[in-house]
Amino acid sequence: MADQAQILPGTLDLLILRAVSLGPLHGYGILLRIGQMSGNALLIEQGALYPGLFRLVRQGLLKTNWGTSENNRKAKFYELTAAGRKRLREETANWNRLVTAIASALAIQPEEI
Amino acid sequence: MKLLDSLRFRVAALFHHSEMNAEMEEELRSHIEHRADDLERSGLSRAEALRRARIEFGGLERVGEECHEAAGGNLGGTLFRDLQFAFRLLRKSPGFTVVAVLTLALAIGANTVVFAALNAIILRPLNVPRADSLYSIHRISDNSANWSYPNYLELRDRNRSFEDLAAFNILQAGLDTGDNPDRSWLLAVSGNYFDVLGIQPHLGRFFHGSDERGPNSAPYIVLSNAYWHSHFHDDAGVVGRVVQVNKHPFTILGVAPPSFHGTILFFNPDFYLPMVNQEQIEGTSVLNARANRWIFMTMGHLKPGVTPEQAGADVNSISAYFEKAYPKDFAHKTLALARPSLYGDFLGKPARAFLTALMVLAGLILLAACANLGSLFAARAADRSREVALRLALGATRTRVIRQLFTEAVLISLIGGAVGLWGSVLLLRWLATWQPFPQFPINVPVSPDTTVYVVALLLALFSGFLFGSVPVRQVLRTSPYEIVKSGSRTTHGRRITGRDILVVAQISICAVLVTSSIVAVRGLTHSMRSNFGFEPRNVMLVNTILDMAGYRGDAVPAMQKRMSDAIETIPGVTAVGLVNGAPLTNGDLEGAIVFREETTDLKPANAAASAVLFKTSPGYLRAAGTSLLAGRQFTEQDDKNAPPVAVINQEFARKVFGSVDGAVGRTYKRRDGTRVQVVGVVEDGKYENLTENTKAALYVPILQSGTSDTAMLVRFSGDPQQFAAAIRGKLHELDPGLPSFLQTWSDALGLILFPSRVAAVSLGLLGIMGAMLSITGIFGMAAYSVSKRLRELGIRMALGAQRREVLQAALGRAFRLLAFGSVAGLILGILATRVLTFIVYQATPRDPIVLAGAVVAMSLLGLLATWIPAQRALRVDPLILLREE
Repeated sequence: MADQAQILPGTLDLLILRAVSLGPLHGYGILLRIGQMSGNALLIEQGALYPGLFRLVRQGLLKTNWGTSENNRKAKFYELTAAGRKRLREETANWNRLVTAIASALAIQPEEI
Repeated sequence: MKLLDSLRFRVAALFHHSEMNAEMEEELRSHIEHRADDLERSGLSRAEALRRARIEFGGLERVGEECHEAAGGNLGGTLFRDLQFAFRLLRKSPGFTVVAVLTLALAIGANTVVFAALNAIILRPLNVPRADSLYSIHRISDNSANWSYPNYLELRDRNRSFEDLAAFNILQAGLDTGDNPDRSWLLAVSGNYFDVLGIQPHLGRFFHGSDERGPNSAPYIVLSNAYWHSHFHDDAGVVGRVVQVNKHPFTILGVAPPSFHGTILFFNPDFYLPMVNQEQIEGTSVLNARANRWIFMTMGHLKPGVTPEQAGADVNSISAYFEKAYPKDFAHKTLALARPSLYGDFLGKPARAFLTALMVLAGLILLAACANLGSLFAARAADRSREVALRLALGATRTRVIRQLFTEAVLISLIGGAVGLWGSVLLLRWLATWQPFPQFPINVPVSPDTTVYVVALLLALFSGFLFGSVPVRQVLRTSPYEIVKSGSRTTHGRRITGRDILVVAQISICAVLVTSSIVAVRGLTHSMRSNFGFEPRNVMLVNTILDMAGYRGDAVPAMQKRMSDAIETIPGVTAVGLVNGAPLTNGDLEGAIVFREETTDLKPANAAASAVLFKTSPGYLRAAGTSLLAGRQFTEQDDKNAPPVAVINQEFARKVFGSVDGAVGRTYKRRDGTRVQVVGVVEDGKYENLTENTKAALYVPILQSGTSDTAMLVRFSGDPQQFAAAIRGKLHELDPGLPSFLQTWSDALGLILFPSRVAAVSLGLLGIMGAMLSITGIFGMAAYSVSKRLRELGIRMALGAQRREVLQAALGRAFRLLAFGSVAGLILGILATRVLTFIVYQATPRDPIVLAGAVVAMSLLGLLATWIPAQRALRVDPLILLREE
């Protein structure tokens, strides 16, 4: 557990959008995908995922369909809407800007100021 | 667009709550199954895997709730759960719920009824197009709107303020469709009447100004919708049919729309007829009589841009010109514009004053109810303080707890409001069909409309939030640690709390209502027994309008004589008299101005007195029970061929001759210069209404004046019903086609006593409501104080306290508050009843019975309210109580 990082507040949505951008997934699948994408470095509490999913659906970023899962079980699949795709692009760019900015802030040396 | 979507989603979430729940549950279950599949693959048994998956997932309930919130079902979901909780709580204490709902139903219902009346009578404009600019012309001095026909025509043509001016008068006529003549009410209207008002026919056509071509030139009638419905059964074929109105043929032109009842709010005429045909209805023409102010009212729409003040100045200048041009026939009085629907301020002012006062009282009742429920509610909140503390300790926010309280309060108030509205709609429907006076087509148009429903809803919400907010401070102050630690709270001690003030306030309000309703009822009984100058008991009024049966000229007195003679033969009849209009039965008595003998210039300004004129037969004074103080009554010899004579009342004698003594034998001058000799003096009386100042009255022989519109007074001893039947039989023998209307004089007085009766009944109702509110208020407070101090009372009893002492300890405070509130309310009530004297004749608070009645009522109320808590306090079993702790 110690090697698993707590995700930053506000990044769950981004992770969900990213996970779903690769193809429709059900809730449990999203969890697995996020784990897989982050090399099991990011832990998302199972219960915390669903409120996030519902919020994204409400915002019109995800759409849902009931279908059958790879385990042959009934499951609700999430996929990106056009708005969701756009949001993912924007949020990714934002994130990258933020990371670059923070990284350069942290990397700066006293003489450079 | 986005906002709309989100809104739709939220609304959908609210309504498809259970559907969403099911879907969510299924999704979460599917998640757990998938996780269990994975765990199973790692070697666990299915059952174990499922168990593990569930544990990993955590609280399904909590996740579900969070999902709801995230999905926008937040507000709805919480509200729904709050409502469920509130319902459960209310079901658990049915006593409280019933008391609260009933109290609110009464209070909100009362407010709704009063508001509906206020709305229908005062606030809502008349149901005609452009009601805003419709005004009638009234004299400021007496609010009358009467005009003579020639003056109306001149006023119509000379004024520069009105688009056009219409006029009407209320008349009665016999409408004969082939069977028996039906006594009906009509409006004799100017030809332009419907065009001025902008009314379109429901059927057929209306008459217009162009149909008038001189006297009796327009034999047309327009039926009111209600009359068409009740007498012609909605038959569209009536248009063009010829009917007999007072034995003259008239053609039915059309039917008025259902929403139109003329322009007097309470009065629903049966049909409309051009006033140029007035002679056919009344027998003699008034169309050229400039002195006969025959028209009931004139009205019209102001031209655009003309203010009522400008129009007032305009009509005043015309009126001043009339006085100059026709000094013998017209005296100028200052005019002003007013609304036609309540006859200007004549009915408008008392109606406004009364309904406003009623609205204020109803509002006070609602406030009292809220105060009352607020304290009951606070008591409950205090009882639940442990629960509240626990919820706070478990992490509920105070906002959440308070929201729960408000949900409960608003739920109660909405239920109460719904019950109240239901009751008031029933009452209003009944009121709208109620005909207080069978002889007049009058009803109270108070059907509720959307405004009324909205107001009721707002009142319910308002009261919910009002009394719900009472315990808020208490919740905010709650400290979870203190309460959970120490059990029940320590008592407040002796200081005066806000709750005490609330209880005192509502007791005083109740006392005000009780006092004023007793004053009103006393005033009413007083006025029933006071001296009217005649004796209305055991008199039957027989109204026959001989015109309607076609009697004219000399046939009228002959028929009157035959009717009197026939009725006098009925055993038990002691006197029969004829009069043109019995006093205190309609507000529209004839008047006459008289001059002193020495006056030579007989213009209105020189008149010695303006007297109420009664045209009577010799038997009238005896039949009416009016005492003759001096001189003689009329005899059969006082007829057309004899010198004119008159009987006067004391006030007339004082005004014209200076004193009552020696008035007999003196003469006065009529308007036409004829000298009339006074042959008798009778006592003063009330003629138009009970609150009027003493008026001069004049009695002249019917044989010397002639009128076909007579009331016959029959004094009898025995059963009124039997006499009515006997009289009808006699009249039928004389003329089967004669329309007649019979009523006892006491019943007829109902019209005059109507305002006071309405006042007394309304105040009585409000008083009963106030009493109920006070009872619940005191009851709540006493019950609360007893249950809070049960343990103390038990200990006292265990230590040997007497019943009296226990009661004093338990209820002393409640009684002190009751006494204090009653006294304050009594004083306020006595002050408030000054207002009542305007409505109820002889209403006075300086009456020992009022005081005693109020004190007795309030004590009874206190006894009733504290009975159950007192019983509970006395039944305290110290052993059980001590064991419980």
